[in-house]
Amino acid sequence: MEGDGTALTDRLRAVVGPRWLLVDEHDLRTYESDGLLQYHVVPKLAVLPASADEVRACVAACAEAGVPWVARGAGSGLSGGALPVDDGVLIVLSRLNRILEIDLDNGRVCVEPGVTNAAVSAAVAPDFFYPPDPSSQVVCTIGGNVAENSGGAHCFKYGFTTNYVTGLEVVLPDGEVLTIGGKELDTPGYDLLGAFVGSEGTLGVATKIWLRVVPVPETTRTLVAFFDSTRQAGEAVSAIVQAGIVPGAIEMMDATTIRATEEMAHAGYPVGRGAALLVELDGAEAECDAQFTQVMAICVDEGSDDVRVSRDEAERQLFWKTRKAAFPAMGRISPNYFVQDGVVPRTTLPDVLVRIDDLAAEYGLTVANVFHAGDGNLHPLVCYDAAVEGQAALAEELAGRILDACLEAGGSITGEHGVGVDKRKHMAKMFAEDDLAAFQRLRCAFDPAGMANPGKVMPTPRLCGEVPGPYRQHPLEAAGLAERF
Amino acid sequence: MNTTSVVRPGSLDEAASALRGLSNAGARVRPAGAGSRAAWGGPDPADTVTVETSGLAEIVAHNPGDFTAVVQAGVPFAALQRHLAREGQWLALDPPDLGGTVGGLVATADSGPARHRYGGVRDLVIGITVVLSDGSVARSGGTVIKNVAGYDLGKLFAGSYGTLGLIAQVALRLHPLPARTATVVGTTGDPRRLAGAVAAMSRRPLEATALDVAWRDDTGRLLVRFGGMTAPARAGDAATLLTELTGATLDVAVALDDEPLWATQLAGQRGPAVVKVSALPTDLPAVVAAAGAGGASVVSRAALGVSWLSFPDGPDLAERVAAARAALAPHATVVLDGADRVADPWPVPSAGVRELTRRVKARFDPTGTFRPGTYVGGI
Repeated sequence: MEGDGTALTDRLRAVVGPRWLLVDEHDLRTYESDGLLQYHVVPKLAVLPASADEVRACVAACAEAGVPWVARGAGSGLSGGALPVDDGVLIVLSRLNRILEIDLDNGRVCVEPGVTNAAVSAAVAPDFFYPPDPSSQVVCTIGGNVAENSGGAHCFKYGFTTNYVTGLEVVLPDGEVLTIGGKELDTPGYDLLGAFVGSEGTLGVATKIWLRVVPVPETTRTLVAFFDSTRQAGEAVSAIVQAGIVPGAIEMMDATTIRATEEMAHAGYPVGRGAALLVELDGAEAECDAQFTQVMAICVDEGSDDVRVSRDEAERQLFWKTRKAAFPAMGRISPNYFVQDGVVPRTTLPDVLVRIDDLAAEYGLTVANVFHAGDGNLHPLVCYDAAVEGQAALAEELAGRILDACLEAGGSITGEHGVGVDKRKHMAKMFAEDDLAAFQRLRCAFDPAGMANPGKVMPTPRLCGEVPGPYRQHPLEAAGLAERF
Repeated sequence: MNTTSVVRPGSLDEAASALRGLSNAGARVRPAGAGSRAAWGGPDPADTVTVETSGLAEIVAHNPGDFTAVVQAGVPFAALQRHLAREGQWLALDPPDLGGTVGGLVATADSGPARHRYGGVRDLVIGITVVLSDGSVARSGGTVIKNVAGYDLGKLFAGSYGTLGLIAQVALRLHPLPARTATVVGTTGDPRRLAGAVAAMSRRPLEATALDVAWRDDTGRLLVRFGGMTAPARAGDAATLLTELTGATLDVAVALDDEPLWATQLAGQRGPAVVKVSALPTDLPAVVAAAGAGGASVVSRAALGVSWLSFPDGPDLAERVAAARAALAPHATVVLDGADRVADPWPVPSAGVRELTRRVKARFDPTGTFRPGTYVGGI
């Protein structure tokens, strides 16, 4: 395709230079998937702009050519949110990786979207940190975190990305650049910032991000308690939260996950136990100590005969290494797996776990469970063998049934991974037509021509009516795949 | 006024059909709760129809084990807090309350000292149900505290002042009520010393529930509040720290019975004219100077940089407010109480934000039913 001479290719090459425009199938294949590998689409072109101005020029060129585009950070997302679109442009933001300002007197950092999550905390250490901590934090980018409203293990206490972004410079899909929110809080007017964070790249692309950072807690205390069953561990979680304690993190692993992670992390966890509960308290020393004693007592009361308190930072890191190894470790016990991301009200956890066990038995497949127990965010890992004919489809169906169970319990189809392409089909189970239509109103306000990350989030393709400016037939419309909304 | 100028729907369905009818008839509509912030956002034209939420006043669900509640918009804020307190919980928002409703609180995104620790309305609304001008009833979010499915319309409607649609119901994240509270107070007459104390304390991992400043009559106070079983001890430690960090230049005391102190802070967010300022913590001396020139007192969520200037009444009130806003530019300011006494209570948005605001308004309320022309940028 190189040098095919189309106007868009030429224009993008002029913007980023020939080195940073990828046109060969061989190069483009690098970007055919994000962290969810079962989906792959090779984009028509990929560009790697070096500055906000180059991003703006790329978006403007796409707008004029009527070609859709997808923004991508590190590509570590787990819902196919950064999956390219066929015949579209992939805008890769990894070169926008500068930290632009650190203002600790005001607890603010300003970064470009390609800066990694871990780099933000590193830049403000040792006195401050950036709380949202997805498991992929070493590689995932802040731009991606903004798109997905990323959470992590500590969000029960500290909140999500949306609670830490104070301002964004964004390029809208028509190529306009504007600042929403700012370095300061509470810009009067619609909370466009709150609408943008978590919009999965469908409203525009952020080129500059102001973040709030907070002081590192005075002390951190961590324990792991082992139980005979996830039900017992779930009761312990409820008792801890009911006592008015807000742990920094409270994570659970089931028997299958304990076995898999122990093989990888060698933390000396008792293989065969029904559940492991990792509880971390942080904060002021006096309050932390008082509550930690309470948490240990609750774990024993709820049936744990094995409570291990981390004696030093190395041991704490080992506890966390074991927890964070859960996804990769699963590869040791199963050739393939689907990760789900359902959420349930915390009090329904024990019942939902039983339901998942029943479903797994019904399908004859193994489902391992690892989850953020404080906020009821489950990550069931549905294990299967792609080499066995039909098993992948069966596993996918089971994963869908698990999400149905989460919705029946009053929960959500996704807590932190996003809808992307993977959970589009479940959106209509969670939201009614009027709800989806309201989502579309927001999307149309930002992106009336449907250029930014089309085909994501919404269950069926829809177009916007009353497109301002000259009418242009949308490619989906031309292909008879969608009608004007 | 004519007989149809107030509508009180008794259910979501009634609200939907009333709004469909009103927008079809080309009416202008103003959603209203108890009217405790009636002046905010400025006046509506005389022929505006008020849609009151007093018939939507049910606490639909309180799930103590999940720390969540689902509440209709017309529920009085104080009644909700009393209800939740029976289970040792609260909605961690503490705006000055003069009898307002939950819906009015969400629509104005008002806040109090607990904002420091728990965030604002946007951070605690986990689901929202709105009625749009075409009568559609739309819901976003859910009833779980962690959820990224679909767009977050709760944030869009928080602080929208009734200009996008009627907020009918919200799902809320709750928190445990602190077992005890205690507050450290540092007093000084020097704004720079006060700002220095704020800077020093806000860099510490105090886990305070509030960190406020008050400035009135040439005297400034830093108030740091602690909650929890060990609150008195932590306040004592913080008092020692504050004395150390400021070289004993502040008068430092600990209050165990601290409710009156915080009631005074809340009162400072109300007045004949109140200007809310969005700035940074290090701007505090400039905020104090701008207030002093207009005879206003200051209440500041000091670690957040958000401040309220309360102006005493007088024939030159509008001029004093305008002068303070001009002095604080380019920081965004909005006039809350007394909004009906100034030309435009809102700051002027950038051209890009104004255009996007217009587009959002046009998509959600294409008939221009909800308070047209009253919002930021004349939208």
